[in-house]
Amino acid sequence: MSPDGPTKPPSDSPRVPPVSEPISEPTSEQADPHILLDAVSVGYGETVIQHDLSFGVRRGDVFVIMGGSGSGKSTLMRSLIGLLAPQSGRILFDGESFWDAPEHARTRRMRRNGVMYQSGALWSSMTLEENVALPLEQYTDLRRSQIHEVAVYKLALVGLAAYCDYYPSEISGGMRKRVGVARAMALDPDILFFDEPSAGLDPLSARLLDDLILELRESLGTTMVVVTHDLASIFTIADDSVFLDAATQTMLTTGNPRDLREHCEIKLVRDFLSRGGE
Amino acid sequence: MRILVGAMTDSVSTPLKPHPAARIALVRDQAGRVVLAIGGAWQLDADLPDLDRIDAELFTEPGPTSVAFETSDLVAWDSGLVSYLASLAWRCRESGIAMQEEGLPDGIQALLRLASTVPERRAEGRDEHADPFLRRFGLDFIDLARSTGEILAFIGEVTLALRSMLAGRARFRRSELWLLVEEVGADALPIISLVSFLVGLILGYIGDQQLAQFGARIFVADLVGLAIVIQMGALITAIVLAGRTGAAFAAQLGSMQVNEEIDALRTMGISPVEFLVLPRLIALVAMTPLLAVYANLMGLLGGAFAGTVVGGLSPTEYFTQTVAAIGWNHITQGLISATVFGAIVAVSGCLRGMQSGRSAAAVGEATTSAVVTSIVFIVIASAGLTIVFDAIGLS
Repeated sequence: MSPDGPTKPPSDSPRVPPVSEPISEPTSEQADPHILLDAVSVGYGETVIQHDLSFGVRRGDVFVIMGGSGSGKSTLMRSLIGLLAPQSGRILFDGESFWDAPEHARTRRMRRNGVMYQSGALWSSMTLEENVALPLEQYTDLRRSQIHEVAVYKLALVGLAAYCDYYPSEISGGMRKRVGVARAMALDPDILFFDEPSAGLDPLSARLLDDLILELRESLGTTMVVVTHDLASIFTIADDSVFLDAATQTMLTTGNPRDLREHCEIKLVRDFLSRGGE
Repeated sequence: MRILVGAMTDSVSTPLKPHPAARIALVRDQAGRVVLAIGGAWQLDADLPDLDRIDAELFTEPGPTSVAFETSDLVAWDSGLVSYLASLAWRCRESGIAMQEEGLPDGIQALLRLASTVPERRAEGRDEHADPFLRRFGLDFIDLARSTGEILAFIGEVTLALRSMLAGRARFRRSELWLLVEEVGADALPIISLVSFLVGLILGYIGDQQLAQFGARIFVADLVGLAIVIQMGALITAIVLAGRTGAAFAAQLGSMQVNEEIDALRTMGISPVEFLVLPRLIALVAMTPLLAVYANLMGLLGGAFAGTVVGGLSPTEYFTQTVAAIGWNHITQGLISATVFGAIVAVSGCLRGMQSGRSAAAVGEATTSAVVTSIVFIVIASAGLTIVFDAIGLS
C-alpha cells in the first residue's frame, strides 16, 4: 500500500479528458481515480474553512474523511455532494469537473451519487417504502409494482423490509440511518457518501452500520466516501483516508489509517488515531 | 483596617441548612498585603455575603500588592464560592495583583486552575459592541435590499418551476397535491365560516345603527353585500390562510431544512421548489378563490342575520336588496383579489420556510416571519388591486 500515491496534485494535467488513459508513470495505483480533488478550497462566504485540498479516491475504496470537530469535514462533503460550490479548485468525478459543468450535467452526476445524511434526513411525510421509492418514481420508467419490489428489496438489504409502511418518526435513530442508506442506494449509485454514520449510535448499532458499509462495498463494488471521527469505525472500514486539520485549515496527510497510526511523521495525526497516544 | 461582611440569615432558623452563614472578612496590613478570611457555608442556595463591598475595598487605589486566603473555618463550598474566586482571580490578573491560592482548599485550587486553563475561544467577528445609529440604519437598509433581492429570486425560481410544470416536466407527487388541497381548503372551512359570519354580522349591526338614524335601514344589505363581496371576503380568507396555512408551510419547510430533508432532495437531483413549493402554491391558488366564495356567502348570511333580527327587515326584502346591489364585476374583483392573496400567502410561507436556519429557534422565526410577510403584502396588494380595478373600469 503506498498511501501517498493519489495525493499528488495533478497540476501537470490541468484538463483531464473524460475517459483518460494512464496519465503518469505506471504505478500499482489506478491511474483514473474515481474522485479527484485539485487544490480545492471550501468555506462559507468569505470564511475559508479548508484550502488546498488535493487528493484522489480510488474506485471501489472505502475512503474516510477524518479530522477533529470543526475541521470542515462536513463542509467538504457538502461540496462533494453538490450542495456548496467550492471557493476555488476543481472536483472531478470520473475525470469530469463537477462544478464547472452546466447545472443539468451536475444534476445528472448527483443522481449517480447516493448520500446518507447524519440523521437519515428521511422525508417525514412519507413512509419508509415511499422514501426509498421516490427516486425510483422520479427517475425510472418502472411500473408501480416494480418500484414496490425494488423498494422492498433495498429495505431488505438494510434489514428493514418489515417496516415498509412505518413513518420515519416511528423508528429508532439507528434504523433511520439504515433507511437513509437504503434510500441512497435506490438508484444503484456509483458513489455512496456517508455523513457521520456512527454518530449518535450505540457501539453495536454503529458496528452493524460499518458491517453494512463493508458488505455493500463487497457485493456492489461501490466507492464509499465516509465522513467520520469515530476511530473504531475508521479502522474497521477505511482503505484510504485524508486527515483535515482545523488549525492549519488544510489536509495534513492521506493514507490508510492503520499505517498512519504507526508510521505517520505528523504527531497530531498519530495522536488523533491513537486517542492522544495511548 | 478590617471589613467584615456576613449574610443576614440566621442559620438556626432553617433546619435544612444547619451550616453557619457564609462570611468573608478582609484584612489589609501596612505593606498592602490583603488576607481574605472566608468562613461558613458558601453555597449557591444560601445567602451569600455582600461581595460588592469587598470588591470595592480590594480594588480601590492603591490596590493591594497581593491577596492571600485564610479558610480554616470554611464549612462547605460549591460553585457559589468558586465562581466568586474565579472572577476575583481574573480581576487580580488584569490589575497585576498576585493572588496566593495556597490558603484555599485543594479542590478549589484545582477548579480555579481548570477555569483558567480553558482557552478563551472566540470566533472572529463576534464582538457585539453597540453600533452607532447611522451604521445600524445603513445595515438595516442593506438587509432590506438583500431580502428584496431574495424574494425576487425566489419568485423567479417559482416561475421557472411553473414553466417546467406547464411543459410537463415538473417533479412532484400528485397524491401530495390532493392532501394539500384538503389541508388548505376543506380543513379551513370551519374557521372561515365563523370569522366571515361574525364580520358580516358586525358590519350589519353597525350599519343598521347608523342607517336607522335617517330611515335607510334597507341599505344595510347594500353596505354589507358590497363590502363583503368586493373586499372583506377575500381579505378574511387571505388573513385566515396566512395564519393557518402560510405559517404551517413555513414550519414544514423549515423543519425539513433542519432535518436536511431539503438537502436530500437536492442531492437526489430533485428541485425542492418543484417538489415542495409548487404543489403548495397550486393548492393555495386553487383553493383561495373557492374559500373566498364561501366566505362571501357566510358574510352575507351574517349581515342578513343582523339586518333581519336587529334591523327588523324581512328576509325577502333583504335578499332582493342584496341581489340588486351586487354585480358580477364586484364578485370578479373579490375573486381576483383572493387568487392574488393566495399566491402571496403560498410564496411567503414557502420562502420563509426555505430560508429558515437550521435550528428550532430559526423555524419559529421563519413561521412568524411568514405570517408577517403575508399580511404586509396582502394589504399592499389589496391597495394596489383597488387602483387597478378602478383603472380598468371594473369597479
